[in-house]
Amino acid sequence: MIRKLLLAATLLASAPSALAQQVAITGGRVVTNTTQGVIENGTVVINNGRIVSVGTAAAPSGATVIDAKGKWVTPGLFAAFSRVGLAEIPSEDPANDISAGNSKFQASLHAADSFNPDDTAIDVNRIEGFTRAAIVGSPGEGLFGGYAAIVDFTGSFTSIDTREAFMLAELGEGGASAAGGSRAAAWHWLLTAIDDAKAYPRGFEDDGEGDLLIRKEAMALKPVVEGRVPLMVEVHRAADILQLLTLRQREPRIKLIILGATEGWRVAGQIASANVPVIVNPLANLPDRFEMLAATLENAGRLSAAGVTVAVADPGQASHNTRLIQQLAGNAVANGMPWEAAFKAITSVPATLYGRADLGVLRTGATADVVIWDGDPLELMSSPDAVYIDGVATPMESRQTKLRDRYMKLDEDKPQAYERQ
Amino acid sequence: MHLWKLLPLVALTAAACATTPGSMEVPEAAAASSEPVKPLASRVAYSKDPYPSTYKPLPAEDVFIRNATVFDGLGGMIERGAVLIQGGKISAIGSEAAMTMPAGIKTIDAAGKWVTPGIVDIHSHLGAYPSPGIEAHQDGNEASGPVTAEVWVEHSIWPHDPGFTRAMAGGVTAMQILPGSANLFGGRGVIIKNVPGRTAQDMKFPGAPYTLKMACGENPKRVYGYGSGRFPGGAPFTRMGNVAGYRDAWQKATEYKRKWDKYDADFDAWEKKAKSPAPADGEKKEDLKDPPNAPDRNLELDTLMGVLDGEILVQQHCYRADEMAQIIDLSKEFGYKISAFHHGVEAYKIADMLGANGICGALWADWWGFKAEAYDGIRENIPLVHKAQNGCAIVHSDDAYGIQRLNQEAAKALADGNKAGLNISKAEAWTWLSRNPAKALGILDKTGTLEPGKNADVVIWSGDPFSSYTRADLVFVDGAVTWDRANVDSQPVVDFELGQPGEGDVK
Repeated sequence: MIRKLLLAATLLASAPSALAQQVAITGGRVVTNTTQGVIENGTVVINNGRIVSVGTAAAPSGATVIDAKGKWVTPGLFAAFSRVGLAEIPSEDPANDISAGNSKFQASLHAADSFNPDDTAIDVNRIEGFTRAAIVGSPGEGLFGGYAAIVDFTGSFTSIDTREAFMLAELGEGGASAAGGSRAAAWHWLLTAIDDAKAYPRGFEDDGEGDLLIRKEAMALKPVVEGRVPLMVEVHRAADILQLLTLRQREPRIKLIILGATEGWRVAGQIASANVPVIVNPLANLPDRFEMLAATLENAGRLSAAGVTVAVADPGQASHNTRLIQQLAGNAVANGMPWEAAFKAITSVPATLYGRADLGVLRTGATADVVIWDGDPLELMSSPDAVYIDGVATPMESRQTKLRDRYMKLDEDKPQAYERQ
Repeated sequence: MHLWKLLPLVALTAAACATTPGSMEVPEAAAASSEPVKPLASRVAYSKDPYPSTYKPLPAEDVFIRNATVFDGLGGMIERGAVLIQGGKISAIGSEAAMTMPAGIKTIDAAGKWVTPGIVDIHSHLGAYPSPGIEAHQDGNEASGPVTAEVWVEHSIWPHDPGFTRAMAGGVTAMQILPGSANLFGGRGVIIKNVPGRTAQDMKFPGAPYTLKMACGENPKRVYGYGSGRFPGGAPFTRMGNVAGYRDAWQKATEYKRKWDKYDADFDAWEKKAKSPAPADGEKKEDLKDPPNAPDRNLELDTLMGVLDGEILVQQHCYRADEMAQIIDLSKEFGYKISAFHHGVEAYKIADMLGANGICGALWADWWGFKAEAYDGIRENIPLVHKAQNGCAIVHSDDAYGIQRLNQEAAKALADGNKAGLNISKAEAWTWLSRNPAKALGILDKTGTLEPGKNADVVIWSGDPFSSYTRADLVFVDGAVTWDRANVDSQPVVDFELGQPGEGDVK
């Protein structure tokens, strides 16, 4: 038992560099997310944390062969929006680092600095096929939720890949409330913050404050206004989306991503023309708020058909059940999104949005995040048999599987507490 | 014959009372004697159904569904099966080859499709916490005190909640609406048919029992003891405070019931005496005293007494295994039965105990960790409860989105159970969606399976209902089509959504 743990720990600690052994996954249905499309009976060769080749050639000699006959082989899932590792138990303040309502800093906060690689939700989600996530806090005070990080799901102390993947902000009802009570206030807040950031540092030389932001906050937004880091804005109402799109003219350098876009289908053409990607929850079909009256199950499919770049995630299920993204994508297919687009929406699209073209694809030179599934990865009854992160097979166990194994049999002589898995 | 004998038995077991407004007068005929007619005092029984169902089935025609894969709801599967619906009831089910199709009947060729009993969601707050979730719509928790057994959630239900139509598209034909879990005793739940109505009464499931929502654990102690910055907010502060709160209420209910039982017995004796024949000549007739006085009515204790009388079914929100065990002992201490534990994130730890006590586990497939008492959730919870001896697993939603895809929730649980070696068939897993919830709600004699004689609450799915890609094509309630994915005329739009962006869109 202890040996098993140590082994797992060694595996994790040594990723990604060690175990430079060549692995060939053969015989599976390979979804590449590249121009190679889907390869039947394909071979994926991994070495030293990278994909060496993807095709139909036989396994190279000397490689460890993993037989994936009858299985699906895909890039690891990439959660476009997650809070995994930020809250062990969201309802308990000390165990929750998602937002900081009492801090005077917001935009300048980094989710990476709260991330806990030992969070039990990491294993729980990894064994469902997730290898990477963009994690971000939520606005505690004002419009900004701070910088998102990209993390891997190894649970190792080196799992933070990128500290500044995007900046989160919210408009609409949430933004209005945070900015003082109206959408007008929220919009003015956003523009003023942008102006302050643009004016930094020159405008802060006298008293260290802008019209809205303190110096550190303006400094934090500088990469955003210069287009070096995307700005993700949560917005749902069609009219709010159109207003946000006007930012493309005012601030052409800012790289916008829309989060939510529940009524996005109504202005899909405009979103596509503005070349702004969206992250949607395909199951959002209720008028939860007045800004979501036109919610429909076909939103993801219609946006995709209009030529909008679509990623799929649900900010409402972002910490412990990031894994539900798989079900969201399957349901997007059921409601009109092509399978290929839906699968990319949870793999290569998020990777590309955050500037990580090496992830979410199976192509030579890409990072070897690979999952072997026992069936169609968008089917509810499929699950991974193996999950490789940076080319290393990760343990297929979690605190949940341990609890399951402990209580599989209830009529034991000794209490379950004596049982270890 | 006395008029009261004509009343249904349930009305008689009602605690009677003399003069309270709203009570139901039960006149007595005069005693059969040769003496001049002298009116006797009347026994007054409260109606147990003062807000009666006004449900009427939608127009229906008889239909023969053929060439389908059929889950019968009992755990069986029929390939090339057929289901015959006549007069709003299931009249036959079986292999198509073995069935006779009535001449001239409408047929539906369900080639490639699956046919199942309609889904019954045992845990919903639709109508009480409707969409949009604005402040004015927060009608699910009567958080004015931890014991509010006197409130009835049907008095909160807004029939125009768009969530009802979404659930319809997900194959849900009946559901239990419950009050929230802020309180130890949240109030009465109600069972409804998932049909559009102008009023909550239009949706009430005729003949279904009432239920009582109770809640364990974190919610009551958080809302009261540590509530909303009002600390100290009053009991309960702790889990032991929760249990003391239940016991205190059950003790009061026990005493209340004793008073009514005594009253009924005393009244019976008085009545017998009053009606006794005139004495024979020479014997002295005993003076007839005044009839006994009924106890004062208490609406809160009426509900709890209904539980002690076995008429109202207890639906208990409870996450942790150790707490469920305490609640089982509590039910034995006061002599009532728990119908189902709801949420039961740790039910797998005591699946044997639930089976032995005949208690169902109404569970999520994979929600976990959002609070401390949900920390030990596992994906095999439902299948492990199912596999226990006498196990009764139910997939529930507690959510306006989850209720739309309970079949998918079952699929996830089934896949994980089978991957762990539990070997459960899809047809068996369907019992989690219709038979078991119907059983825990006391409506299994009416719905939940496709047995002949039951209400024709049926769903035709576009394919295997355990696939992500499958949708409900046709939904029948009492043999009438309530939802047709191919026909917008059979896709109801609630008042709220009329004239709004997206009216009548694919939802």
